[in-house]
Amino acid sequence: MVVITQTRPRDGLEEAAERAFRLRWPAVAGAVALLLLIGTLSVLQGAGGLAPSGVVRAIVGALPGIEVEQTLTPQQEGLLWQIRVPRTVLAALVGASLALAGAGYQGVFRNPLADPYLLGVSAGAGLGAVLALGFGLDLSWGPIGALPAAAFLGALLAVTGSVLVARCSFRTPATLLLGGIAMAALFSATQTYALQRLDQTRAREVLSWLFGRLATHGWHPVSLLLPYVIVAGVILLLHARHLDVLRLGDDEARALGLHPARSRLVVVTAATLVTAAAVSVSGLIGFVGLVTPHIVRLVVGQSYRMLLPLSALVGAAFLALADIGARTLAAPAELPVGVITAFVGAPFFCFILWRGRGDR
Amino acid sequence: MSTTAPVRGAALRVRDVHVAYRQVQVLREITLDLVAGEWLGLIGPNGSGKSTLLRAAVGLVPSSGRFEVASGGPPHPTDLSLMPQAPELPPGMSVVEYVLLGRTAHLGWLGSESRADRQIAVNVLRRLGMSSFADRSVLHLSGGEAQRVVIARALAQQAPVLLLDEPTSALDLGHQVEVLELVDELRHDQGLTVVAAMHDLSVAARYADRLALLHRGHLMAHGTPEQVLEPELLSQVYGHPLRVHTLEGHLVVTPAPRHTKERS
Repeated sequence: MVVITQTRPRDGLEEAAERAFRLRWPAVAGAVALLLLIGTLSVLQGAGGLAPSGVVRAIVGALPGIEVEQTLTPQQEGLLWQIRVPRTVLAALVGASLALAGAGYQGVFRNPLADPYLLGVSAGAGLGAVLALGFGLDLSWGPIGALPAAAFLGALLAVTGSVLVARCSFRTPATLLLGGIAMAALFSATQTYALQRLDQTRAREVLSWLFGRLATHGWHPVSLLLPYVIVAGVILLLHARHLDVLRLGDDEARALGLHPARSRLVVVTAATLVTAAAVSVSGLIGFVGLVTPHIVRLVVGQSYRMLLPLSALVGAAFLALADIGARTLAAPAELPVGVITAFVGAPFFCFILWRGRGDR
Repeated sequence: MSTTAPVRGAALRVRDVHVAYRQVQVLREITLDLVAGEWLGLIGPNGSGKSTLLRAAVGLVPSSGRFEVASGGPPHPTDLSLMPQAPELPPGMSVVEYVLLGRTAHLGWLGSESRADRQIAVNVLRRLGMSSFADRSVLHLSGGEAQRVVIARALAQQAPVLLLDEPTSALDLGHQVEVLELVDELRHDQGLTVVAAMHDLSVAARYADRLALLHRGHLMAHGTPEQVLEPELLSQVYGHPLRVHTLEGHLVVTPAPRHTKERS
């Protein structure tokens, strides 16, 4: 159909085509480096007098096939491997989950303000989890976990509600958020009611979890969340190009051969699943899913091929950093990490609004 | 590289197509054949159903009846490409990325572009003289450039039939001619079949081999410009007296003044 010219002009067009919709590895390497840097700071931060050199020796020594002389005491080793490292890894995984979900929602809804928290998804997941926690659902964490399953049901209900509210109204970016606000209000009210019915100690326990916390003893939450991050991450990455086609709108996407409704269903389900899993291990942490994709866009542009993986990495770094803040700003007391992300995220939200059309 | 296969001469058959929005019939009993390699101009007043017919052909509006491509089956994005009336130009998308989106229907389930897909985008851009635009954001193009990029995306789709929904309505006269000449050139050197909804009757007569006149969802006339551009029929359809002249061998449609101006 198109005649291939024999002498190829040196206009850089082949190179430009080669770069299009490609993952740019230097940017990925940069994000990985940032995550490792913040992760290291996070592991070193806190009481217990862990010497940085000892920590580095312990971590390097844990790598397969490397023998290093250890300088930490057994108690310090326990602190490092059962408290510090799992907490940092958990913060990174939760951050990655929420950022991935945010990028996915922003893509399918073509809405720069979409975020698991603002869509009411987190509130729905929270309610599901509260009901499961508070009313004695068997939490003998199976391979899937009863908590994520209950959270997922609540989250799915919330996102469906938000979308329905938006569908019944004018289709502007704001209506989806209004739907999310309605859902969040409804779910929080139900949650408050449920908490009232609980006895005091139980309610306090559930509440402290709800505000968002990453404190953990051991690796249990990490092993619970990790499979969800992997599964949802793979699904979302496989749909990156769908999201790029959807930037043209449903009609043009369909004329080009995409099934917008099918792609949307898959992406929303994956994003909701990973949100629910994150909420069930860490409570409600807002704005990570909103802020991260926007920061990533400023640096690497708008293609979802880049946006999704980099959002995961940067979201991980962002929440690990926020967690350092949560542990140090009011030391020795510890702030809920959701407070820190809201302090950063709410002004950022206003900034996006102020820029007018966001990044659509 | 796909080639156009002129099976029994028809690139697209439209058979008894009806479209209704809620209770309102927008298209009724449309039946026409599209000869491979021809340029069919769809004309008619606003709301006559031109866009709807094009959108129904690519499945964007539900319709009853049948659309059949040369192979005999229903159309697929590899058979028909649509250049929309008001294409969405996403911020931050580069020209070459935009053109690559035309390859969507050709990709495997992993959705990654092969070397061949990228080469097709390159060839199309080079063919349209847009090599230096590759890295430019589609949002920062002039009207004429943007139209070229949308044509490039449609060409990258490698469908033998190109549907254009008022391709030049937003352009000044110079750019209109440029875009239409380009489409005509591409039609000849790549064996494309073109269906274009067109507003300007004189321009339609100049470029189209045949015209189809739609009025309130009905196909009123279908044939060569000379057959379709009948002053009485046009005046009735457009609700204003119209005259058809021949100027240097081309048909020109002008509005007849209701009151003849008196010359002083």
